[in-house]
This record gives sequence, C-alpha cells and structure tokens, in this order.
Amino acid sequence: MSLEPPLQTYLDWRAAGNFIAGGTGTGLLLVSAAAALLGVGGSLPAWLALLSVAAGLSLVWLEIGRPLRFLHVWFNPHTSWMTREAMLAPPLFAAGIPALIFDWPPLLGVAALIGMAFLYCQGRILYAAKGVPSWRSPRTVGLIVTTGLCEGVALFVVLAALRSPGFAPLTAGVALLLALLGVRAWVWRNYLEKLDAPRATLAVLARFNACFLLLGHALAGAFALLALLWPAQTRVAGILAGLCALLAGWALKFVLVTRAAHLQGYALDRSPARSAGSAGPGVRPGWD
Amino acid sequence: MSRYVMVADLNRCVGCQTCTAACKHTNDTAPGVQWRKVLDMESGEYPEVRRTFVPVGCMHCAEPPCMHVCPSTATRQRPDGIVTIDYDLCIGCGYCMVACPYQARFKVMHRSQAYREGRMKIEREREHEERRAVAQKCTFCVDRIDAGLAKGLTPGVDPEATPACANACIADALIFGDIEDETSLVAILLKNNAHFRMHEELGTQPGFYYLGGDE
Repeated sequence: MSLEPPLQTYLDWRAAGNFIAGGTGTGLLLVSAAAALLGVGGSLPAWLALLSVAAGLSLVWLEIGRPLRFLHVWFNPHTSWMTREAMLAPPLFAAGIPALIFDWPPLLGVAALIGMAFLYCQGRILYAAKGVPSWRSPRTVGLIVTTGLCEGVALFVVLAALRSPGFAPLTAGVALLLALLGVRAWVWRNYLEKLDAPRATLAVLARFNACFLLLGHALAGAFALLALLWPAQTRVAGILAGLCALLAGWALKFVLVTRAAHLQGYALDRSPARSAGSAGPGVRPGWD
Repeated sequence: MSRYVMVADLNRCVGCQTCTAACKHTNDTAPGVQWRKVLDMESGEYPEVRRTFVPVGCMHCAEPPCMHVCPSTATRQRPDGIVTIDYDLCIGCGYCMVACPYQARFKVMHRSQAYREGRMKIEREREHEERRAVAQKCTFCVDRIDAGLAKGLTPGVDPEATPACANACIADALIFGDIEDETSLVAILLKNNAHFRMHEELGTQPGFYYLGGDE
C-alpha cells in the first residue's frame, strides 16, 4: 500500500465550478456595479454575474451527498466559512436583482460589496482545509480573491468589446485588466515559491505554472497592451486579452481544486527505539 | 472532566490488523472503509532501515478542523473529547474530509453489493442507511463507552466500555483511557514514556499518542 499523499477526490469539478463561477461572478458584479455607478454600464454584465454565482452554488448543491438537506449548510456561522459563504448568497441576490430590475446603481453597489465578502469566504474555505497543504497556504485567500477580480474584469472586457464600437468602459476595463494581471502574476509567484506541499502537488503546479504565466498573463497582457496602444484593434485585442485572462483563472482554480490537491498524508516524527537502541529518523512519505 | 485518548505503543504493534478487523466487525463499515487501520511504514536508508506499524484513524483532536469547517454542525465534540458525527444533520458536502489531515473520514455513496445478482443477506442486515452519502469515521466506539459508563464501568479498564480495537489488540499495543485520570494506564504510560503525536505542527492537538521514540 502506497503511503504517498493521495489526491483528494471529495471535492470534484462541481466544487471547482463553484469557485470558478462564484469568483468570476462576484468579480464581474463589482466591476459592473462600478460602471453602473459611473453611469456607463449596461445591466447585462451584472445579470450575467448573478447568474454565474447562482450557477456555482447549484453545482455545489449537485455535489453534496444529501441534497435535500441543503438548508443545514446555514447551521454553523460561528466557525464554518462554507456556512458564511452560503449565508451571503440570499442578500447578494436580494440586493442585486431589485437593483437591476429597478435600475438603482447604489443597491447594485451594495450587492457588489456582498459579492466581495462572498469571494473572500471562498478563499477562506480553501484556507481552512488543513488536510490539503496546497489549500491551507496563507497565500491561498489572496490568490482566490485576486483571480476572481481578474476574471470578473476579463469577462467585463469581453462583454464590453462585444457590445458596440467605442463603448466607453472598454479602454478603462482593459487598463484595469492589465493592472490586475500584474497583481495576479505576482500573487501566484509568491504563492508558489512559498508553498510547502507534497511532491506530487508541487509537480502538478510546476507543470501548470509555465502555461498559466505564458498564456494567462504574458499573452493576455500583450493583447491588453495592443488594445490600449492600437485603438483600431481595441475590440479584437480586448476580447483576446479577456479570454486569455479568464480561461487562465478558471484553469487555475480547476487545477488547484481537482489536480493539485493532494492530502497531507501520514508521517512519523521518529521511528521507535528498538531494544536498547535509540529512536530512528522519522518519515514523511511523498514529501521532500 | 474526562478526556478520552488512545495510546499506540509502536514497539508493541506487530501490524496484524486485528484492530482493523475488530473495528469493521463491530461497526459494520462498508467495503473499503477502515475507521481503524495499521500503516506499514519504512524509514531510514539501507542498511539502517526500520519498519514501523502505525495504527491510525480519527485522532479525536482537541482542536478538530473537521468540526470547525462543518457547515451543518453535524460534527461535534463531546465534553470528554470524543468527536462525533450526527448522520441526520450531515449534508455530505465532504468539506470535513479535506479538512482532516489524517485521512480519517469516509463517504460511501452507494449501498454495498458484492454481486450483480442482488444483495446478500449480510449486506441487507448490516447496512447502515443513515451513513450513506454522509461523512463517517471512528467514534472511539462511543456507544460502547456510554453503555459501559451507564453500568458504572470504566472505559479503558472494562472491555465492555472500551473501543473494540483496543479490546482486540493481541499485543496490548492499543491502550484506551482517560488522560485526565492520573491512575489510568494511558496517563501513566504518557507520564513515563517518550511520546509524540502525528502532525502536531498543524495545531490539531490529536487525542492519539504514539509511544516508542526516545526524546
């Protein structure tokens, strides 16, 4: 029997889907609310944002073993970040839907702030999972929040570019995306460099790293720069930049939740003393 | 106040898995589910290689991460330190399973069925429907402890009030008892012998101690 830390299989693509859709949705809601408050946005991005969050929560509902008991998820707000995330969902929709129906940007702003708290909870959910070293890193929360914001802005840029030529928030969105790409790349590098995890986890993340940085940041950043510097191609370059940044963020969360999620594994501080001898070295299979 | 713990003497354990079998028999766990199991760990490098048999399971931590993350309050901690799961509250989200650093939790989605033609009598009779699709783990045989206490017995001393794994151990390697009782065997063993706990650096304060290493 191998004692190497196994890959966790309890939270699968459906859980990853919640982190993906929830992060993108709340990020998109924030930038949509900001645009609405500035009087330059339409309601479509915000509707999509709410739909995205709802889709993520639905995916989680599909994953739980006893779906009919879903209301029990609200029973432990004292310590469970999953409960806190679930408790934020009703006020998020209660503020967001009327804000869009009655076109009231300040209420959409309130919904966006609730969405940020929702996104923070998602980061804390992973951080609290002590059994998975790649999740319990203190840098996980920052990574989840940053990529959620980045994905939201990326999707906003795509939607803005598709809307009509000369749509005012597009250029601002692209500039914001460029800045967030820089922040995400920095947060990711910081996370990866200081990560203490099983060999298998580090190997998965090392393979993912190059692709994530090249396609999700270098290429996305190049397209974003092109969009800013070449007004005639702003829409096309903006769409490409947004898609690269968006898909990279989704890939990051999918990999983190389903592929680079090896459990802690077993360890012995020291092996027992034999007869009159002394204790031997410890062992931690699967770790360097 | 009592605090029940398990002590595993690594110098005594021979890796026979009798505790594993006793646990499965007592608790009717499904195929593939082992609330108690014994690892066979190798350490060192040739020619200084050592082989150690290490009983593991739920560590009944004083700071159980599984309980803190549980959104439904299904996982709880009794005043005597035993961590329990209320199967009727659990939603089977699996969050506790990734929060536990000891791989102690299981979730079985389907009923046991060894043969395609139908379920055997034993499978029907020993099925625990309440455990399906929710989290499950070692309970320190809490029902035996409670029943024994109700009869005035002492867990760790009287077999009727002691977890099945500790009762079954052929080498007296698994010892159960109240660490707060200075006269209990576990308290004496821990007082007089070097010991350690698994993954102490994670701050979970496990209630499962290992003897066998000098300081």
